[in-house]
Amino acid sequence: MYKIRRWVVRHSRAFEITYRLFEPLLVKLHPLWRRIGYERAEAPVRIVEKGVKGLLFDCQMCGQCTLSATGMSCPMNCPKNLRNGPCGGVRANGHCEIKPEMRCVWVEAWEGSRRMKHGDRIRVVQQPVDFRLKGSSSWLRVVRQLTNQPRDSADAGAVK
Amino acid sequence: MKFDDEPVPGYALPILPGHVSPGRLERVLRAGKFAITSEIDPPDSADPAEVLKRAAIFDGYVDAINATDGSGAHCHMSSVGVCSLLTRVGYATVLQISCRDRNRIAIQGEILGAAAMGAANLLCLTGDGVQAGDHPQAKPVFDLDSMSLLEIARGMRDECRFQSGRKIDMPPRLFLGAAENPFVPPLEWRPHRLAKKIAAGAQFIQTQYCFDIPRLRDFMLKVGDLGLLEGPDRVFILPGIGPLASARSARWIRDNVPGVRIPDAMIARLEGAKNQKEEGKRLCMDLLHQIREIPGVSGAHIMAYRQEHSVAEIIEGTGVLEGRVPWYPGRDNPAELNPESPDAPYPTTTSLIEEVP
Repeated sequence: MYKIRRWVVRHSRAFEITYRLFEPLLVKLHPLWRRIGYERAEAPVRIVEKGVKGLLFDCQMCGQCTLSATGMSCPMNCPKNLRNGPCGGVRANGHCEIKPEMRCVWVEAWEGSRRMKHGDRIRVVQQPVDFRLKGSSSWLRVVRQLTNQPRDSADAGAVK
Repeated sequence: MKFDDEPVPGYALPILPGHVSPGRLERVLRAGKFAITSEIDPPDSADPAEVLKRAAIFDGYVDAINATDGSGAHCHMSSVGVCSLLTRVGYATVLQISCRDRNRIAIQGEILGAAAMGAANLLCLTGDGVQAGDHPQAKPVFDLDSMSLLEIARGMRDECRFQSGRKIDMPPRLFLGAAENPFVPPLEWRPHRLAKKIAAGAQFIQTQYCFDIPRLRDFMLKVGDLGLLEGPDRVFILPGIGPLASARSARWIRDNVPGVRIPDAMIARLEGAKNQKEEGKRLCMDLLHQIREIPGVSGAHIMAYRQEHSVAEIIEGTGVLEGRVPWYPGRDNPAELNPESPDAPYPTTTSLIEEVP
């Protein structure tokens, strides 16, 4: 929801801290994921992730979450799916060229990033989206990467 | 400006040390000259003569001609088509590629094709949304964004690889450019976003229409402070300008073209003039004069949509070329030109094929 996602960006620092605590927890659960099997864990985790992140960020489940580098404003809500910053069409009031009623996702992202401790990650060039990962769980992918689990080539080069 | 190694039209210039492309635009910029680029309005036609006619308007006044890629999300002749026709007779072109209409497979193929046809400059754009054009029902692709397009193009050129990692035998020798709009939010971020584009591979920048000199000055100061205008990876910035036809059209542009900011004072100035079209040209010349004086600016990109004839007048009127005559077909005496067959003003198809090792 638009209102919730804007509220989240206004509290991006709190969400940054929350994720910093949440990520190690996910990694700690690695033995559990392994016991269940990452493939089998995928479906239930995906449902939870989609529910939580959908509510908070209007998450589109691109499968390669970059929220911590975008001020907690999901770039997949940009009608042009820009992953690296605003286009040149932003309106003078900071709204979107294509959806005039919506504030530019990247204007939001910049403001959100300024509130975060590691907000400068917004300056890092992000790789293009790997469309094979669409719909998959970003959380499990991060755990797999951090625990050096064998992963398919779809993960190579994607950002967490 | 005439280079010592000026070739017969259709042959590429040798690539100088420290240069990446065989193009005139890179040479002019790296030589520290004030470069002028303009853009062609691609015809709604399959007639090649029409393209050459539209390019000839700029003869002797511009260092490179941009061929727009479905600008404003409208259908026209493709950028690769226009560039191919123009490079055949020797013009320097700026190939524009927008991410709106093609995915990465099509775009990378296009880059190779265009480079093979002689394009030496590539402007990487995100593109306007489809809602702005004559086919609002079309599927917006946006597989890449301008930043990732830059990175991919640089990888193709410098590492001879497609994004997939697959090898390219002969890389596209392209001088890479990007757009920037210093005049719209988030203003504070714009210089940093430019830095990001440079990190992704941008070597020259053409900006959106500039009607707000103080804002441009401020932007250039910050860009300078970030150190982006020095060193071997420096960027060359060409602010965009253009003549406004009337106060009415200025208002229309402001309200309908995404990302164009025209201060009220400019519109008032046009409104108060007897001949608004003439005043629009004068306004453009004033802007060019002021842009020329801003430290760090390397040239200007003149977008004179449906007023292409006024480009010559604007350049003459401001003297920004300082007596330099950019190359155009027929400028040089063929006998004085460099490559082996000086009496052949245009290479024949067979001689071109023989040239390629």
